[in-house]
Amino acid sequence: MKFDTIIIGGGLSGLTCAISLSKKGQKCAVISAGQSALHFCSGSFDLLGYSNGSLVNEPLKAIASLPETHPYSLLGADRVASLTASVKPFFSEMGITFHGDESRNHFRITPMGGLKPTWLTLSDFTPIETADSLPWKKAAILNVSGFLDFHTAFIADGLEKFGVECSISAFSLPETDRIRKNPSEMRSSNLARIFEEEETLRKLVPIVNERGKDADIVILPSVFGLFSSRSMELLKSLTSVPICLLPAIPPSVPGIRVQYIIREYFRHLGGIYTLGDTVASGKFNGDVLKSISTVNQGDIELKADNFVLASGSFFSHGLAAQYKCVYEPIFNLDVVADADRSSWCDSNFFESQPYMSYGVATDADFHAKLGGKSIRNLYVAGSVLSGFNPVKESCGAGVSILTALHVADLIAKK
Amino acid sequence: MDLSSKEQYDVIIIGGGITGTGTARDCAMRGLKVLLLERFDFTAGATGRNHGLLHSGARYAVTDGESAAECIKENMILRKIASNCVEQNDGLFITLPEDDLDYQAKFVTACQSAGISAEIIDPEEAKILEPSVNQDLIGAVRVPDGSVDPFRLTMANVIDAKRYGAKILTYRKVTNFIFQQGRVVGVESVDVQTKEMHKDYANVTINAGGIWGHGIAELAGVKVNMFPAKGALLIFGHRVNNMVLNRCRKPADADILVPGDTICVIGTTSSRIPYSEIDYTSVTPEEVDLLLSEGEKLAPSLATTRILRAYSGVRPLIAADNDPTGRNISRGIVLMDHEVRDGVPGFITISGGKLMTYRLMAEWATDLACKKLNVDAACRTATTCLPGSTEQGEEEQKPKKLFFFGKTAHKAAESRHGSLTDKIPTSDRYDDSLVCECEEVSVGEVKYAITDLHVNNLVNLRRRTRVGMGTCQGELCACRAAGLLGKAHDCAAKSKEDLVHFLNERWKGMYPVGWGDTLCESQFTSWIYEGVFGLEQGNNENNSGK
Repeated sequence: MKFDTIIIGGGLSGLTCAISLSKKGQKCAVISAGQSALHFCSGSFDLLGYSNGSLVNEPLKAIASLPETHPYSLLGADRVASLTASVKPFFSEMGITFHGDESRNHFRITPMGGLKPTWLTLSDFTPIETADSLPWKKAAILNVSGFLDFHTAFIADGLEKFGVECSISAFSLPETDRIRKNPSEMRSSNLARIFEEEETLRKLVPIVNERGKDADIVILPSVFGLFSSRSMELLKSLTSVPICLLPAIPPSVPGIRVQYIIREYFRHLGGIYTLGDTVASGKFNGDVLKSISTVNQGDIELKADNFVLASGSFFSHGLAAQYKCVYEPIFNLDVVADADRSSWCDSNFFESQPYMSYGVATDADFHAKLGGKSIRNLYVAGSVLSGFNPVKESCGAGVSILTALHVADLIAKK
Repeated sequence: MDLSSKEQYDVIIIGGGITGTGTARDCAMRGLKVLLLERFDFTAGATGRNHGLLHSGARYAVTDGESAAECIKENMILRKIASNCVEQNDGLFITLPEDDLDYQAKFVTACQSAGISAEIIDPEEAKILEPSVNQDLIGAVRVPDGSVDPFRLTMANVIDAKRYGAKILTYRKVTNFIFQQGRVVGVESVDVQTKEMHKDYANVTINAGGIWGHGIAELAGVKVNMFPAKGALLIFGHRVNNMVLNRCRKPADADILVPGDTICVIGTTSSRIPYSEIDYTSVTPEEVDLLLSEGEKLAPSLATTRILRAYSGVRPLIAADNDPTGRNISRGIVLMDHEVRDGVPGFITISGGKLMTYRLMAEWATDLACKKLNVDAACRTATTCLPGSTEQGEEEQKPKKLFFFGKTAHKAAESRHGSLTDKIPTSDRYDDSLVCECEEVSVGEVKYAITDLHVNNLVNLRRRTRVGMGTCQGELCACRAAGLLGKAHDCAAKSKEDLVHFLNERWKGMYPVGWGDTLCESQFTSWIYEGVFGLEQGNNENNSGK
């Protein structure tokens, strides 16, 4: 089988790259091993929230302060600016719309009731303008009875620090109670499935209106809209109090939705998306990757002019660590990582963990390197890249999207 | 300072490890009025940081016959009185090509003279009995080793001591002894959480502080020379072996692999550490290397088995000679009557020994306390079953109530709480929801632990229920459990701090083995808690995890 470009990894980065290339007329295939980091998405995409431990207000201006190994530094500040400007139109074409823009970070409310800087917030979520205040005096925090993955008291504790008076209550519907029969079924994705039914969703309306009648805002767990934002839009249109959704423990419903929409959009553009397959190895000819083979396809070689590695970080198995080394498990590409295992981690969980910034080594054009040499048709995008700390810098989604778009441009211009 | 509490007891016991709680049970069963004070939580010291090996005594047979004989006797007693805490899976002492096979005969003779059944079996039979064993073995001896859950065993002693009227307090640190005419008549203590001071009085005070007993004795002006010997261990995420595996040679590092529940544990190393470091031990990369390379010799499949965490404990041995390794020190029980030894009446120290002989240690300490109190009461701990455990054949005492949902969660709870499983609330349907999916801990079980088992925080809860002990190491359940604790204690802010502390406590055992799936899992945990949830370490939480 022969493609223009094969993308290894079907998460945010891989699909962004694949869609961009498809739109440029390329025949693409995406090989995805399974769920991606989108499954624990907060509902917002971050560009750059912190630099050297300090809050970043204007992310584009802060690019210059990043170390030169950072993917944004490789792109350069100008390129980051032009790429970010194209992101909202790119997603709105698929029906994914956002609040926010790249000139200035806004904030999202965390499930601990705090605020974190972010770039784009999904339109059914609630952006907050400033880091030190909330636009409400009274909030009614609602949870589904028995849903353990949403912590109303933690939210209230945080919001009260901003002077918001909170009331906490739970509700149950026959439909939400039904899934309690299996003790491990009460999870956000299953609740979202229930609320896909319009009839069930409508039962929420009087509850929200009643509990929120004295409040400026009703806070609910984000268990609405597995496939589109339609159910949330409907709920908002029927209720008399504004609603603010906050993330629950994964799986993330908005993340699953984004994943679903971009995957379907890629297919709609004619792309081939194979789910549940893992790339096993590749055949190189000098500095060119000729073909790859996968676990499911066995000895059928998949050939392409170009390849993109967007296989994610450790938890996506794009990177792996053994007792003695950190490595890239498909091609054994060069990685940036400390050789001495005792340097991988900090003993304090909440300190910056060195392993977080490990990843595949690239040249300035995002070519992967093998044995010190650039592979001219193998590009790297997203979390598998080295040189950034997505948790400490709040930049995971930004790196994934921007490097993917950049790599797609490089390939198309060849 | 509030010194309002001025209770009079027969006995005050310092220390909530297995020795202290066992002694509280024995004293209470003999009719004494008992107060137990624990500085942090039950099982926080060596009790909760060992192999969980139900020693047959075979390991000590050649080097320390007396300890070996004590072990096998107590082993047989625990099988009866603590059936819910032990797994009777037997053990093998294997000889590898690099070991001296002549040691086997010496070993078997020594076992037999200590009263330990030791049967030489054909290596081929050993491979059938225990398929995970190193297939190169050239000799095998079968002994009555087993596994014991020290958390359950300690809590069973706590529950029983309380049934007999003992007062048991955690988070109460002894700060001073109260003297009257040279005699210890009580202790001053501080509530670690509220900072409130208390005075309690007793005719006899028993120091069962384990390795911390050294410092406690110092408070009374008595010198007890402890020998802090650190032992490091690794827990694997699967149970590769079903029988305890030992090397048939002189005791050395990392030569015991103990199965327990769904996991197995390799250990230990032994290295002397300064007394000042006993609160701050961590596992070094060298120790991990040694444990892995030796462990793989017992069961080669360990090389490809996920390591859940590394941990270390400090053996509370009494220093006897200048052995730098701590291996040649007797594991024997040390009972000190400080009236006789140091001229300090009213004060006893019970130390040395080991998990296996805790009951005997408690018996000795209680005998001495009774003698001092002129109480004539016989010890019944060797024949009275612990709560949760029933003697075989007593089927009618098994819990009858089944949870609403399937059998596995019920079985998991039953394995933890035995015949006390009935105490877990199930009236509310929400009680059946699972908090921890790895270990199948329900909301009801968490509630039971909070109300009945001295649970103040997530670490306490983990020790009582195994929340966060499974393969995800608290990744998702920590937050759920923190939510329930916050509700029970009505303080969300404290619960958030507790969550930060708990994640760091889990991390302490994970980063020394931070590769493979453990690293993936940690990254996921960081991403969720710090990234998505925005959980932050507060200014007052300076626990570096070291």
